[in-house]
Amino acid sequence: MAMLTPAETRRRVDASLRRRYRSEWLFRLYGLVSVLLGVGFLLVLFATIIGNGYGAFRQVFIQLEVQFDPAVLDPEGTRQQDTLASADYSQLVKTSLRTLFPDAEDRTSRRELNALVSSGGAFNLQKMLLADPTLLGQTRDVWLPADDEVNVFVKGRGPAAGAGSGDEAQRLSDRQIAWIQTLESSGKLEQRFNTIFFTAGDSREPELAGIWGATKGSFFMLFVTLFLAFPLGVAAAIYLEEFASRNWLVDVIEVNINNLAAVPSIVFGLLGLAVFINFFGMPRSAPLVGGLVLTLMTLPVIIIASRAAIKSVPPSVREAALGVGASPMQMVFHHVLPLALPGMMTGAIIGMARALGESAPLLMIGMVAFVVEPPGGPMSPSTALPVQIYLWADSPERAFVERTSAAIMVLLAFLLVMNAAAVWLRSRFERRW
Amino acid sequence: MRLTTLALILTAMALAAFYLGRSRAAAIGGGPGKARLLHSLPKYYGYYTAMWCVLPGLVLLLAWTALSDTVITGRVIEALPDSLRNQPEAQLGLTLNDIRNLAAGQMVDEARRPEFAVAADLYNNLRTASQRLLSGLIIAVSFLGFALAWWRLQPKFRARNHVELAIKAALIAASLVAILTTLGILLSVTFEAIRFFRQVPFDDFLFGLTWSPQMAIRADQVGSSGAFGAVPLFVGTLLISAIALIVAVPIGLMIAIYLSEYARPAVRRVLKPLLEVLAGIPTVVYGYFAALTMAPVIRQWGDSLGLDVASESALGAGLVMGIMIIPFVSSLSDDVINAVPQAMRDGSYALGATRSETIKRVILRAALPGIVGGVLLAASRAIGETMIVVMAAGLSANLTANPLESVTTVTVQIVTLLVGDQEFDSPKTLAAFALGLVLFVVTLILNIIALQVVRRYREQYD
Repeated sequence: MAMLTPAETRRRVDASLRRRYRSEWLFRLYGLVSVLLGVGFLLVLFATIIGNGYGAFRQVFIQLEVQFDPAVLDPEGTRQQDTLASADYSQLVKTSLRTLFPDAEDRTSRRELNALVSSGGAFNLQKMLLADPTLLGQTRDVWLPADDEVNVFVKGRGPAAGAGSGDEAQRLSDRQIAWIQTLESSGKLEQRFNTIFFTAGDSREPELAGIWGATKGSFFMLFVTLFLAFPLGVAAAIYLEEFASRNWLVDVIEVNINNLAAVPSIVFGLLGLAVFINFFGMPRSAPLVGGLVLTLMTLPVIIIASRAAIKSVPPSVREAALGVGASPMQMVFHHVLPLALPGMMTGAIIGMARALGESAPLLMIGMVAFVVEPPGGPMSPSTALPVQIYLWADSPERAFVERTSAAIMVLLAFLLVMNAAAVWLRSRFERRW
Repeated sequence: MRLTTLALILTAMALAAFYLGRSRAAAIGGGPGKARLLHSLPKYYGYYTAMWCVLPGLVLLLAWTALSDTVITGRVIEALPDSLRNQPEAQLGLTLNDIRNLAAGQMVDEARRPEFAVAADLYNNLRTASQRLLSGLIIAVSFLGFALAWWRLQPKFRARNHVELAIKAALIAASLVAILTTLGILLSVTFEAIRFFRQVPFDDFLFGLTWSPQMAIRADQVGSSGAFGAVPLFVGTLLISAIALIVAVPIGLMIAIYLSEYARPAVRRVLKPLLEVLAGIPTVVYGYFAALTMAPVIRQWGDSLGLDVASESALGAGLVMGIMIIPFVSSLSDDVINAVPQAMRDGSYALGATRSETIKRVILRAALPGIVGGVLLAASRAIGETMIVVMAAGLSANLTANPLESVTTVTVQIVTLLVGDQEFDSPKTLAAFALGLVLFVVTLILNIIALQVVRRYREQYD
């Protein structure tokens, strides 16, 4: 090969350098694009959920002048609690709607008119009267929750927004829309903070459905999980880090824990179904069983985190304790454990956060039941917050879209608080040795 | 006596035993505060007495609760009239259930029968008697244990060693829970799967091409004897997981590279936790996003291109699952890339390589085994993922590789077969456990390989 002139060498190096810098630039661009994609997904996800869900925190109420008519509620005049409790309160709502809009004369238009107010309105009236029986015979202005379709319409979303747009998509008739507008202009229809959503259990009617039952179920479950998984996990970690000698059993345990952490969650659900429910005969749908399953699931996470926390305590602490005459057990419980506890708690909180978001194993053990009454304890049937989201996401009513997103926002808020607590714990108590 | 009252009494007794043991130890050791003669600190004598007071009772309680129901049920069955007692097994089970419900005070439709009421009364009586006996026995045993410990309290008695031995036993028991869990999973799932394979041949399940688990309700019904060929499920699972990995691996890997090699520390401090938020979002949220947002977008996009897209396409579920796995891939790769020694980077730079050349030719090659391990872990995660596919993938078992069609997965079928009330003997329900077994074995193998690869890789550079 002939010698290159310096100029030629220079030219070739320049050309190759240009190519190399270009590919450098491209590679860096790929990286940046990937990061932006990741962050973009996150933003789109949050934007979708918040955009869909913020409306659920407001609820439309209609003001009606209700007469607690003794002729309807208590025709025999017995004034018995039972009679009052089982009376037909929806008749009151219908009557007061008809006096408000006398133009609804035929059967269809009356049915349309009655459909404006939620079927839960009658329960509100019943509750009012039972709390204060002197109301009988009096007339009161009452704010009652509106039907879910009215909610969707008033909040200005859904196809019903433009009157006369596509007959099929429009769930409210023109007449109903006119009534709503009349109510709005006379100030008898307003949006308020949605307390039902935070205090009610599940319901088939979107406007009456809330997350309190599911939240309580999740709470009982996490309580059981924390109560079992944290002591068990810490104890296992202490044994494996401080006392176990290297032998095959310990190796098996270690491989086991690492594998369990990666077993699909639904398999734990199968375990719960076969062992806890079929073999031990525990009740289906109970938060206790859910808590047990989640305990087995989070245990590996807590063990791994606790072992890391114990490992980070320097050997000098142990040696000093042993040197002044502590037994190995005293050394661990008096010196190592207090130093490792913040790290362990961080791991436990992260494990709990994962358990809170988990739903697949709960489907297996029957926590998908339709439960209206919020559970009274860890043995009564209930759902959990993520399962409630799953159930609502499957419901056909449009108004449930909003509720689902709002429930997701609540769930994410819980997770955010827990993770923030973990981060705070870590930064507050982390020690560099 | 209720269990809670019993627990309260036991706790009170344990506390009393602790204080008594401690003060006695202090007394025999030369008065309070001067425990020179004792082998252990006085409180260890307290722990020791409390331990002996509670543990025997607890053991008795566990054994009793495990056995009592069988014994009581046996006695109730013996007392049943012949007509009820000689029923077939399943029928008898139902009768017993009715009796239990009646005993618990619930109205049972059929339970108006007087025999049921008699049996329920007997059941309740036996249970109360058993409870009383148990409470009495536990308290007696606790006193006995306490007396035993009290008698052994001597100054030379090594209380601390005994207490520490018990604590150590508890620690070992706690670490065995993990093994018990694995065993429990393996045994329960295998046991039910074997019952399934008695009714459906093993190779029909593993290699059959049609999946339609509907069983005939009546014997003369045509064409619905149930087909349990799981190949369409396996293909569907692999299809969705493959789409997820195609999305997640390049993006996740590039994120890890960018954050660890290019980004300034300040940027990294902001972006890394932000991306980790993606990992913390519950899968049900991703499922909702896939079903409500992603699926319509893909459908519209397909329509505009003139493609026929199913409303529950594999593509939608796969894409969202990919997003879910991104942080998983990126954090695993991040660990692996950071474990590559700085000396290798410096060597490459010294030879005049650019950053991207160093990354591509040195770091990625050195980190390859670790990255492969991470991808395997991600694959096992994708295969086992449930909520996204339950909400966004279909139910019909199509055998296809077209990502625009609807496919179903192993996890979706497990959920659909098991949700709702099921009788526990039909192949339909048992099939879920067979699928669970396959899922468990496949993910287990993937995990073991991946963890081995990652571990060996780590050891290489440690």
